[in-house]
Amino acid sequence: MTVLDGLLRDHHVLVCCGTGGVGKTTTAAVLALGAARAGRDAVVVTIDPAKRLADTLGVEELGNVAHEIDRARWDPRGTAVPGGRLSALMLDTRTTFDALVNRYASGPEQAERILENRFYRNIAGALSGTQEYMAMEKLYELHEEGGHDVIVVDTPPTRHALDFLDAPARLTRLLDNRIFRFLMVPARTGLRVAGVAVQAFFRAVGKVVGSEAIEDIVAFFRAFEGMEQGFRERATSVTALLADPATGFVLVTSPRHDAVEEARFFAERLRASQLAVAGLVVNRVHPHFGEGLDLDVLRERAAQLAARADDEIGNTRAVAARLAARYENLVDYTSLARTERQQLDDAARRIGAAAVAFVPSLPHDVVDFAALDAVATHLLA
Amino acid sequence: MRLEHLCAASRVLIVAGKGGVGKTTVTAALAVAAARTGASVLIIEVEGKSGLSTALGVEALEYAEVDVRPGVRARTLTPDQALLEYLEDRGLRRISRRLVRSGALDVVATAVPGMKDILVLGKVKQLERAGAADLIVIDAPAAGHAITFLTSARALLDAVRVGPVRTQAQDVVELLSDATRCRVMLVTLPEETPVNELVDTAFALEDRAGVSLGPVVVNAFPDELAVTGHTVADDAGALGIDVPTSERLALDAATSFQRERYALAREQADRLAAAVPLPQIRLPFLFREIGPAQVDALAAALTAEVEAIPEPGA
Repeated sequence: MTVLDGLLRDHHVLVCCGTGGVGKTTTAAVLALGAARAGRDAVVVTIDPAKRLADTLGVEELGNVAHEIDRARWDPRGTAVPGGRLSALMLDTRTTFDALVNRYASGPEQAERILENRFYRNIAGALSGTQEYMAMEKLYELHEEGGHDVIVVDTPPTRHALDFLDAPARLTRLLDNRIFRFLMVPARTGLRVAGVAVQAFFRAVGKVVGSEAIEDIVAFFRAFEGMEQGFRERATSVTALLADPATGFVLVTSPRHDAVEEARFFAERLRASQLAVAGLVVNRVHPHFGEGLDLDVLRERAAQLAARADDEIGNTRAVAARLAARYENLVDYTSLARTERQQLDDAARRIGAAAVAFVPSLPHDVVDFAALDAVATHLLA
Repeated sequence: MRLEHLCAASRVLIVAGKGGVGKTTVTAALAVAAARTGASVLIIEVEGKSGLSTALGVEALEYAEVDVRPGVRARTLTPDQALLEYLEDRGLRRISRRLVRSGALDVVATAVPGMKDILVLGKVKQLERAGAADLIVIDAPAAGHAITFLTSARALLDAVRVGPVRTQAQDVVELLSDATRCRVMLVTLPEETPVNELVDTAFALEDRAGVSLGPVVVNAFPDELAVTGHTVADDAGALGIDVPTSERLALDAATSFQRERYALAREQADRLAAAVPLPQIRLPFLFREIGPAQVDALAAALTAEVEAIPEPGA
C-alpha cells in the first residue's frame, strides 16, 4: 500500500472531498499534522468539525482566522522535524463572504447597502453552495497571504461529493444572473422602465412569494452592480489555483459500496475538469482476522457446531452454541474483509490515485492529537 | 408497544439523521415493517438518489409513485419538482418553465429561503390530507439540513407577510407541530460523534421546529457475542474437538474485537438514553451491503424492538 507522504511533499494545496460521514475533517487534520511533523508550515481549514475535534484544534473560539497551535500540544515528545508549524481555522461562511463584499465594493456605502440587504443575507447565510464557495475563497485567501507551505482544506458534508464542485458555479451564476442584468442594465431607475416581459414576470412571482422578496432582489442587484466583474475574476483565480499542478484532491471514502461509487464518480468528474486526483483515503476499513484461513472450512465448522448445539442438551448445548457463535463471528468478519478488500482494490485501480491509504476502523472517535497521530500511522509512513 | 400503534400515532413519519448513519435503510425497514401490519405505506424521498432504490431492489425512483413491495409505494419529491407542481397548479405553467430555464428560479428561491422546503412539506401535507396512504414515511435531508428543512416554515412566517407561500407555510407549521399528524424519528449510530449530533438535533427540533419526536433509532448495533468467561480451548475441549492454533488465534481476535465494539456501542447508547429521554430502537449491524434481504431482516428486528417498548402510560 502506498502512503500519502509524497502528497505532502509535492503539494502546496490539498483539498479533501467526499460524501458526509466518511471522515473528511479527520483526514484533513491528519494531513496537516503530518506536514507539520515533517517540518513544514501547515494550515488546515475545517468545516463544521465535531465539537471535541474543534476543541483539540482550538478553532471553536477563534473562528475564521488561522491561528497557530502550540507546538507542545501536537508534538509533546519533541520527536517531529524542527521548524514545522501547525495552524487551524474553522470556516465562517458569513464572515468570509462579507470580507469578499468589502474587498470588491467601490466604497463603504456600496458594501453597507449589500451587507444590509436581506437577499444578500440569505445568500451568505443559508444558501446551499455558499459554504463550498467560501471554503474555496478561504483557501485562496490563505494562498494569497502566503507563509504556509501546505494548505489542507476540508469541504462541506454534501450528500453527493459532486455538489462541492458544482456549487460555486451555481452561486456565481446566480450573482451573474442574466434576468437581473437585463433588468438592471437598461435603466438604472429600476422596475418602472424595465422590459414589459420582465415586469410581467415579477408581477407573477411577486403574487406567489410576496412583493417584498422581489424588492429585496431588485435592491440587491442594484447594489451589487459593478461588482460582478471582481467576483468573476476572483472565481477565475480560484479555479486556476485548483487546477495548479501543486494542488491535489484527496478523495475520502468509507468502504461502503455507495460511498466508494460516489468517490469513483467524483474522480471521473475531477479528471474531466483536468483536476488531479492525488490521493484516495478509505477510512473505517474492517479488520481481517481470518488471513490465511479457508473461509469454507470456517463456515463448515460454524454449521457443524450450530447443528450440534441443536442436537445436544444442557451444558454441552451451551458450549456448542458459544463456539458456533465465535465461528460465525469470524466467518462474518472474514467474508466482509475479503469482499471489502476486493472492492477497494478494484475501486483504487479505477480511481487511479497516485497514493492510496486504508485506515482501519478505530474503536474511538478521533478527537485528540494522540488519536490523530494514530490515524497518521496508517496514512503516512 | 405494538408497531401498529406507533404507525397509527401520526400519518407522517419523518426519518432524519446525520449523513452516513443509515437513514435511508431505516426508512425502508420502517416502511416494510409497517406494511406487514397491513398498513398502506408511501415512502417519499426528498433528495434524489438516496440509495432507497438499491435498498429496496427497484429502479431509481421518480416523481410518479411506484409499487416497491406489497403495500409499499415510493416516489421522489425534490424541491424543484414541488415548486414546478405548485406553480403549475396555479396556472403558472408557462412562467414556471421560464423560471427554470433562465435560472431565475434559484434567485427567487434565494430571496425566500426555505421556500423549497415549504413547498416539499406543503405537498406532503396535501398527500397527508388526501389520505394518500395510512403511513407516509419521509427520508429527510441529512441532519443540519434536516433542522433547516423542518424550521423553514416558521422562519418564513417571520419573513413573508402576505401571499400564497405564507399560507402554505402556515399549513406546514400546523402539520409539523401536531403530534397526531406528524412525528420525527431520529437515526444515529452508537458512536460518540453521531450521538452528540443526535442530541443537538433532538433539542433543536423540539425547540425550534416544534415537532414531536418518536423513538430514536440506534442503527448498526453490534451483536453482543456473549461468550465471556470461556476460552476457545476450554469449549473445544469440552466438545472433544480440535481447533488449530491459527484458527484459535483468529477466533480470539475476532471475538475480542466484536466484544469491544459491543461495549462501546452500549456505552454510547446509554449516554444517549441519559441525554434524550426517548425510547430506543436498536437495529443490528449487518455484515452485508444493504439490499432487499437486509431490509427484510431489519424490518423484523424493528418490529421486535418496537414491541419491547412499553405502551405509553402503561
